[in-house]
Amino acid sequence: MRAPRSFTVFVGLYLLFLYAPVMLLPIFAFNDSAVIAFPLKGFTFGWFAGLANESTLFVALKNSLIVAVSSAVLSTCLGVLAARAAARYEFFGKKPIMSFLMLPLVLPEIIVGVSLLIVLVQLGLDLNVWTVILGHVLVCMPFSIAILLSAFNNMDRFLEEASLDLGATRRETFFRVILPLVMPGLMSSLLIGFTISLDEFIIAFFLTGTEPTLPVYIWSQLRFPSKLPGVMALGFIMLILSLVLLTAGEYFRNKSAALAAHENKQ
Amino acid sequence: MAQPVSEKPMVEIKSVVKAFGEVKAVNGVDAVIKEGEFFSLLGPSGCGKTTLLRLIAGFEHPDSGEIVIAGSSMENVEPNHRPTNMVFQSYAIFPHLNVEENVAYGLKKQGLSKADLKAKVDEMLNLVDLKGYNKRPAYALSGGQRQRVALARALIMKPKVLLLDEPLSALDKKLREQMQVELRSLQRTVGITFILVTHDQEEALTMSDRIAVMFDGQIAQLASPQELYRRPKNQRIASFIGVMNFVEGQLLAIGNDALKVEAGPIGTVSIKPNQMPIALPTGAVTIGIRPEMLTILFNDSDKAEIEIKGEVVETSYYGDMTYYSVRIDQIAKPVTVSMRNTSGRKVLDIGEKARIGLGAESLVLLG
Repeated sequence: MRAPRSFTVFVGLYLLFLYAPVMLLPIFAFNDSAVIAFPLKGFTFGWFAGLANESTLFVALKNSLIVAVSSAVLSTCLGVLAARAAARYEFFGKKPIMSFLMLPLVLPEIIVGVSLLIVLVQLGLDLNVWTVILGHVLVCMPFSIAILLSAFNNMDRFLEEASLDLGATRRETFFRVILPLVMPGLMSSLLIGFTISLDEFIIAFFLTGTEPTLPVYIWSQLRFPSKLPGVMALGFIMLILSLVLLTAGEYFRNKSAALAAHENKQ
Repeated sequence: MAQPVSEKPMVEIKSVVKAFGEVKAVNGVDAVIKEGEFFSLLGPSGCGKTTLLRLIAGFEHPDSGEIVIAGSSMENVEPNHRPTNMVFQSYAIFPHLNVEENVAYGLKKQGLSKADLKAKVDEMLNLVDLKGYNKRPAYALSGGQRQRVALARALIMKPKVLLLDEPLSALDKKLREQMQVELRSLQRTVGITFILVTHDQEEALTMSDRIAVMFDGQIAQLASPQELYRRPKNQRIASFIGVMNFVEGQLLAIGNDALKVEAGPIGTVSIKPNQMPIALPTGAVTIGIRPEMLTILFNDSDKAEIEIKGEVVETSYYGDMTYYSVRIDQIAKPVTVSMRNTSGRKVLDIGEKARIGLGAESLVLLG
């Protein structure tokens, strides 16, 4: 069925509104002028080259990588436990527990950030990358659980029984059958967790202390108008990186779904 | 069909009960399955046959009662420590492994050398007619091949008992019939006790040494295929296994070596005591007659021990056989008569009169 013309126009406007501002990023990242304004002055790689001299940028990048990798790994590990439990077992309070685990998805990040900050300060803990990781695990976990839950749910229960029947213990079954089959979901969860953490600003801003992550560093640079084109260049790099990671994540998620579909076909 | 089966019990099921919530899936089952036997659990869906199989495999644990395999109680014994292996209905082939890896799955723990492992896998693949399929990925297998892999994967473990959960139900008719024959001959070759769960009475009849018919979580009758077909204990079993005509009659007298029965158009006849599988008191009884025990007497010269007259109301032509529905006075439902289409024999049309002949030995009294 053909969609009415008015729909096409609506979708066009919608996409323009959504992505036109983002398109400014590459435009000004390559513009040969310190001022962010039209008309464009000329083409340059200068802003990208300039980033290499920003030593604090590399410290922030290192912090961000530590935070993103740790958050992705931790939220995926916790996600495996939660998803496996939810997919395989019935237990008291399963529904409310799962709902609570998914809650950070809709909770305003500023609330999460402020609450965690208060708790950490009250506990007398120093703010550093580990406190950021704590906050990021919280926001990444719902995504991990959602992805992994579908991976676990799609797995034929009889495969586990077949493995037990053939003499494998539950532990061996987990490593020889379950894990390989949910691996695409696991990869997807890691990549999406990494991307979310890498791009997250609000919680990182509250919990970062003296070890800023990349988005916090970018924010701090915005005070200096002369640094703006450099920030545009950095933003452009992050945009591309995020797209690549999300595409890879989606690839693994589709692979997981395809594997499940094949398995259930028989 | 009959082959020497040892009298040694292999699986003993003792007063086993298993409930899921309110529903008693298995409600007090007692049975002894002998070593080397091809045993079938036959029944409609929901009768508890699959639950019973899963109890034997150890995937479920009985609420009460006990299962003993090869002389050892299976209480608190997990599936991975039982001398049983299972062929699942969906085959449960590991999708991330190839044929060889699937078949060798259970042997991995035994720490065999590569050459020994390969020799064993090859031997099994040979046995199930999958020679050279070692490296074939699981997704590239047809339904029949999956089933062979599932069989090889289970048999390579040298189980004392092989459990088969509706293994043929996913296959098309031709392949299913072929696999029935193959499975039976495979069982004879390896000599392992097979327990087959099926809802297909034909499958159970052709393959089994003995069959347990299950209804509502209980065994209704446990007997050899011939016994089950010829002497079903009640109407429900009789109509589940093949087609049976029911005629209301009277049991007049019970003697030591003869029973006197009277049934409308059949008249009063004398039958043998073994034609009454469970003891009934005199009075009203239901008499069962199989369609192939009734013969249409085409020629006036044809004679039979008992003759009754009827009129054809339906004809179903099957090529090798013709099934007739014949209305007979004093019998409520038209009776089904099957006739082999031998050369020169005509097929009767609807409305034609027919004389039907039968022998008193073909009657069976049902509760």
